[in-house]
Amino acid sequence: MSQHATALRDGAIGPIVEVHDLTREFVVRRKSARMRASGRPVASRRRLLRERSTVTAVDAMTFTVRPGEAVGYIGANGAGKSTTIKMLTGILVPTAGSVRTCGLDPLTSRRELARRIGVVFGQRSQLWWDLPLRESFAILAAIHRLGPDEARGRTAELVEQLEMAETLDTPVRQLSLGQRMRAEIAAALLHSPELLILDEPTIGLDVLSKQRLREFLIHERATRGTTLLLTTHDMGDIERLCDRVLVVDRGALAYDGTLAGLGATVGAQRVLVVDLAEPTGDLTDIPGAVHLGSEGDGLRQRLAFDPESTTAAAVLAGVSDVCEVRDLSVEEPDIEDVVRRIYQSRRR
Amino acid sequence: MRPDLSAYWQLTRAGFRKQANYRLAMLAGLTTNVVFGFIRAAILFAAVAAAGGELSGYDQDGISAYVWLSQGLLGAVELGFAPSEIGDRIKNGDIAIDFTRPVDVQATYLAADLGRAAYTFIPRGLPSVLVGALTVGLTMPETALPYLLGVVSIVLAVTVSFLCRYAVNVLGFWLVETRGVRSLYGVTATFLAGLYVPVHIFPGWLSALAHATPFPSILQSPIDVLSGRVTGWDSVQLLVIQAFWVLVIGALGRVLTTAGRRKLEVQGG
Repeated sequence: MSQHATALRDGAIGPIVEVHDLTREFVVRRKSARMRASGRPVASRRRLLRERSTVTAVDAMTFTVRPGEAVGYIGANGAGKSTTIKMLTGILVPTAGSVRTCGLDPLTSRRELARRIGVVFGQRSQLWWDLPLRESFAILAAIHRLGPDEARGRTAELVEQLEMAETLDTPVRQLSLGQRMRAEIAAALLHSPELLILDEPTIGLDVLSKQRLREFLIHERATRGTTLLLTTHDMGDIERLCDRVLVVDRGALAYDGTLAGLGATVGAQRVLVVDLAEPTGDLTDIPGAVHLGSEGDGLRQRLAFDPESTTAAAVLAGVSDVCEVRDLSVEEPDIEDVVRRIYQSRRR
Repeated sequence: MRPDLSAYWQLTRAGFRKQANYRLAMLAGLTTNVVFGFIRAAILFAAVAAAGGELSGYDQDGISAYVWLSQGLLGAVELGFAPSEIGDRIKNGDIAIDFTRPVDVQATYLAADLGRAAYTFIPRGLPSVLVGALTVGLTMPETALPYLLGVVSIVLAVTVSFLCRYAVNVLGFWLVETRGVRSLYGVTATFLAGLYVPVHIFPGWLSALAHATPFPSILQSPIDVLSGRVTGWDSVQLLVIQAFWVLVIGALGRVLTTAGRRKLEVQGG
């Protein structure tokens, strides 16, 4: 098993996720506008007045993930992220196309696959709500057939790294969201899976909790070579954790590449914010930069620039030629913004 | 196979300990059990007396044993308006979590339910029977065998009951709301299991109908074995019928689960 895992990580065996023309449709039934307007449904006509429509959540998606990669899977709500993940893990049946995870068909080999992957759904819990956290780990260790030594060692390791020692005897329902999410990650990693799938792992967490979680995941990946596939709305997650980004739009892949490349594709700009020594007129003539706005009589000004064609230093030098700069900061492109731009360019 | 058994054993223990969290609910359940026991005993005593002291093989002490054993088993076999944990998880989408585990979904829930039933039996079931024995009196066998077979029968009864509820709950793959089906099930199962009156008192046609269903195996059978109404080879026959229903309803639940997975649309993202 572990030898197999190592082989996978070394790339000796094919991709860890292989999706080809994957499609999933949902049938949506809703009452027609006609009936809602009348407000007086006739029981026998109710059926006739229901509209059936088919929604394609995932539309002929094709991609592969190689062992050891860390892939961010991003897109708007309803773009098809969770549906894809549920097909990768054998929860949902595809309408068409093929999917192989760890070389297995997730549907027919659901249980075998479950031993080799870990899954965290940010909005659902896999822990035993009424029992002390410790017991969830014990049950999961048994479910994953870990030997007593292996179970003890791995639990201790995860408890230490995720700083859960004080919460082990607390019933899960009494944990804070941050504590619980760390426990969820530990639960998904207890059996040392080859592939960790995280569906919005940092949703609702405060900055510090996010930070700790990311640091742990970076460490886990570095020490074990675990492949990471995560969906998120958080730019920080992608920047800190992922070396590859997949953008999904209306069920189809809109981008597949590095985060930097993503910014370049849509011309995502960075913004230099400068605080000036004294009120200054709008800095509209800085080479390579576009003036976005000024605050406080021009004491703070925002200048956009394209990192592909110039640098922050060059823009700053341009500003310094005109006036004295007291402080500065550089704003990264916002992930939602980047995704929005991608969507817009596709719809044009 | 052995490591998997250890997983299900852990799940059974978790079911037991989870139930142990609800001590106050247990106390309330016990009180309700006992109050209804007195009411049912009074009614059925009157029925036996009106029939001239014997009704379908029940005398007063016999019917008392039936009443108090059924009150005692009620919580463990979970008759009545069935809780719907699995149905709820299908509805809110948490069933997704169950499918990400390398264990059988039906067996996982069965293991937990056996643990729940075991705990329910201790603070709620046994005291109910004890109250009945100390107040109105009841006849119980004096040899060990009926109790031994009785324990097996109870485990089978809990299993049949669970598998029936499971089958009803997984209809949630097709129906968004299972409340209607569940209450229909609750009423039918409770009656045909012999909770209101013993199945032996049913008129012939109704008794035949009841025995064509798994429901008598949920309540009437363990009561008959425990109370010594049936003995020896006849007890073993009852256990075989119970085991038959475990296989049939268990298989039905598995078929429904497999078909339902194809139908599954995980709700709530």
